[in-house]
Amino acid sequence: MGWFESYNLGREKRFLHYRALRKRHQLTAVVNRTRKIRKRHILAFTTLRNERIRLPYFLEYYRDLGIDHFLFVDNDSDDGSREYLAEQEDCSVWTTRASYLKSRFGMDWINWLLLRYAHDHWTLTVDPDEFFVYPFCDTRPLNALTDWLDASEIRSFSAMLLDMYPKGPITADPYREGQDPLEIASWFDAGNYTISRNWRNGNLWIQGGPRMRVFFEDDPWKAPALNKVPLVRWHRRYAFESSTHSLLPRGLNLVFDEWGGEKASGVLLHTKFLDTFTAKAAEELTRGQHYGDSQEYIAYHQRLKDEPELWCKWSEKYINWRQLEILGLMSKGNWA
Amino acid sequence: MLVHTALGRAEQVARHWAAAGCPVVIHVDKKVRDRVYDKFREALADEELIRFSPRHLCTWGAWGIVAATQDAAEMLLRDFPEARHVYLSSGSCLPLRPVEELKHYLRARPHTDFIESATTADVPWTVGGLDEERFTLRFPFSWKTQRRAFDWYVDFQRRVGFRRRIPAGIVPHMGSQWWCLTRQTLQAILTDPQRAEYDRYFSKVWIPDESYFQTLTRKYSSHVESRSLTLSKFDFQGKPHIFYDDHLQLLRRSDCFVARKIWPHANRLYRAFLTDPAGAMKKREPNPGKIDRIFSKAVERRTRGRAGLYMQSRYPCDGWEGGLTGTKYSVFQGFAELYEDFEPWLARTTGCRVHGQIFGPGDAAFAGGQPVINGALTASATLRDYAPRDFLTNLLWNTRGERQCFQFSPRGNQAVTWDMAKDLNAQISVISGAWAVPLFRADRPFSEIRKEAAWLQKVEADFLHALRSPHAKARVRIWTMAEFVEAPMEPLQLMIDEMGARTARRLSEVPQMRDLDGFGQFLQDLKNQGMHPYLMGDFPTTPAEAVPATEPEEKPRKPRRPYLVQK
Repeated sequence: MGWFESYNLGREKRFLHYRALRKRHQLTAVVNRTRKIRKRHILAFTTLRNERIRLPYFLEYYRDLGIDHFLFVDNDSDDGSREYLAEQEDCSVWTTRASYLKSRFGMDWINWLLLRYAHDHWTLTVDPDEFFVYPFCDTRPLNALTDWLDASEIRSFSAMLLDMYPKGPITADPYREGQDPLEIASWFDAGNYTISRNWRNGNLWIQGGPRMRVFFEDDPWKAPALNKVPLVRWHRRYAFESSTHSLLPRGLNLVFDEWGGEKASGVLLHTKFLDTFTAKAAEELTRGQHYGDSQEYIAYHQRLKDEPELWCKWSEKYINWRQLEILGLMSKGNWA
Repeated sequence: MLVHTALGRAEQVARHWAAAGCPVVIHVDKKVRDRVYDKFREALADEELIRFSPRHLCTWGAWGIVAATQDAAEMLLRDFPEARHVYLSSGSCLPLRPVEELKHYLRARPHTDFIESATTADVPWTVGGLDEERFTLRFPFSWKTQRRAFDWYVDFQRRVGFRRRIPAGIVPHMGSQWWCLTRQTLQAILTDPQRAEYDRYFSKVWIPDESYFQTLTRKYSSHVESRSLTLSKFDFQGKPHIFYDDHLQLLRRSDCFVARKIWPHANRLYRAFLTDPAGAMKKREPNPGKIDRIFSKAVERRTRGRAGLYMQSRYPCDGWEGGLTGTKYSVFQGFAELYEDFEPWLARTTGCRVHGQIFGPGDAAFAGGQPVINGALTASATLRDYAPRDFLTNLLWNTRGERQCFQFSPRGNQAVTWDMAKDLNAQISVISGAWAVPLFRADRPFSEIRKEAAWLQKVEADFLHALRSPHAKARVRIWTMAEFVEAPMEPLQLMIDEMGARTARRLSEVPQMRDLDGFGQFLQDLKNQGMHPYLMGDFPTTPAEAVPATEPEEKPRKPRRPYLVQK
């Protein structure tokens, strides 16, 4: 990489920080319990809008994993999400009515909170419908992983987004509050992912899965990116560049081995496709607050009308992380 | 016991040793804050058998660790004259078997020193590529924090040809830092008249904690057993593997005396091993085999990975894949054109999964006409052509364990030709020029056919060029169509044999070749139109010549069988 390019990347990072600093004024603290954060605590960062029904299980799942404190940005929910979170002792909540789109899909807000509260902490940046799975997650808590990453001098840990879906129409089995969404959306595509390398930012660009197979069959370029780096030992110099798909400085994106080996990695089980999705897609369509003129949601909406079946004969039913490891969707690397 | 973090766990383990009547001398790293240290000391004040040695600063790869060990060992030998063996352990070590068993084991081997110790020429485990040079160069810079200066200085010394003199009377040995020495040996090392000289020498050696005692033991010991009683595995970066709760059964079955490193929060391990009832005395030898396998597998996964897998944390640069694909597969070009029933025949004969033209034209023709195949890989032409190489690697990864065969043709997407040509796992068989058969049988305007033939010939020529290039690693067989039609049995047999099919027998059944009457004339027509079809070899213009003249005219012409050899 030439000096000019690295200069440009540095400039971009400063620009992202500048945006984050500017957009911090859009955030109003609902309840700020960040005083409770102690050294070595693992923090979760989440932006959400109207996800009340998912929150109890979301919190339960991540508390069990070993998250010590949750920091939420609520984007103008009107379903009681904000109030619910404000009652939780391990949550800090900010709210904003500003545009999700104009804050780069919430990343400016998150970058600000990271800058302000996350320095020198392990941070997990996830959406309310994403469930983090890592090697040995059934027997070792999250701080076993972060301790190991520290010992190995690894600062960022990748977890690909794996779209989960139910068998049959997505409205068939309504989601109940507190329920494990994987009981309904328990299927996934095991081996139809395409990968290419983004040389500028050093990250991989992964596409595929049911969304590409069903919604973007004619236009694969537009299929959503699935590569994510949600777990980062944060430093105030860092910034998320484009959602959690890539970070700056770009060394953090080198979560894959280039010489034939496998680095350790996890998976984010993406439980978007529940019965709640139809309503959400319709709403997002009118709001137009999503990536690329909400093309993703336009595509969903068109196909959802005729109740598409995401499930196919070769769909795989989720069992545990070992299954994902064997299928090659994640890796233990040299963690044993 | 050398301690630097997780003092709570160190305290637990120290008490465990002391409770079994073993005196313990603890060295706490100087990096630990005084306040924390004082508290730790106070907490253990009630134990008669636990002492604290003078504190040194311990940095990885530096002399401090050895100095700390020396002081602690001296203190132990002086304060506890009844100690016969001295076991060097760390704060993150955990005894796996009752201390009584260890005592018993050592009592039975009163003159044995357990210390891993090998000459530099014989060990593969060095990190940073330095083995012998550890002992002949100087290392004033830290490897961890001043890597550049470290590397520069090593390089500089190499260029200048600098070599340190190794003190007389010793031969450098290396090995695990964790040993168990007899009082005699340890005493001899510590009271050696040349000790000052050795210390001076080793204090500038790189990672002296892995060589000081290992080398000097060789000088004094009457019986060295070159292995460590501490189970300790290292990964490819030279840092120790860590044990967690889920290793409990593995550790139990290992029958090792002590393991390191234990994750400080592995409550189940600490609870299980520190409260184990004495039970019946087991006299088994330590057997870390299974653990060794698990950890060496982990290292291999990290460094070599699974061949044929492309994923979020394994995306090799060009040429570093360790094989584009992980399993063998066969590609056929021209066979489906020449034979009427090639695919079902191949499937019957070999028992492999036989696909049609998966690279088109059109959607991928998976075996059995399925629209989606293993791993939810779709036949959609758009998705395949979006990332053809991923399509191929996905197909082969998803179906690993079952050999895949597919047809290929110049009519399809050619994006993966070089990838396949360079892939050691590919078996590519080509009947060149066979693409002309469908044209010959088609009922279309000749000008169109001529144009298409010219195009297909060019595409196939490019493919053959790739297959014949010096970079090609695939197992390639190319026959011209004329060659093949003349004697098809031999190539078919060869091909099937190379696939390692279930039967090594001669082929009992052959596929049905299409009727090629008039094909020679067809080629001549192409030539007459100014196009030069050369990939099919020299085809006789009039196939009638092939039929023996004696054959009665009225006999209906049967479809050609491949074993009818033209004369």
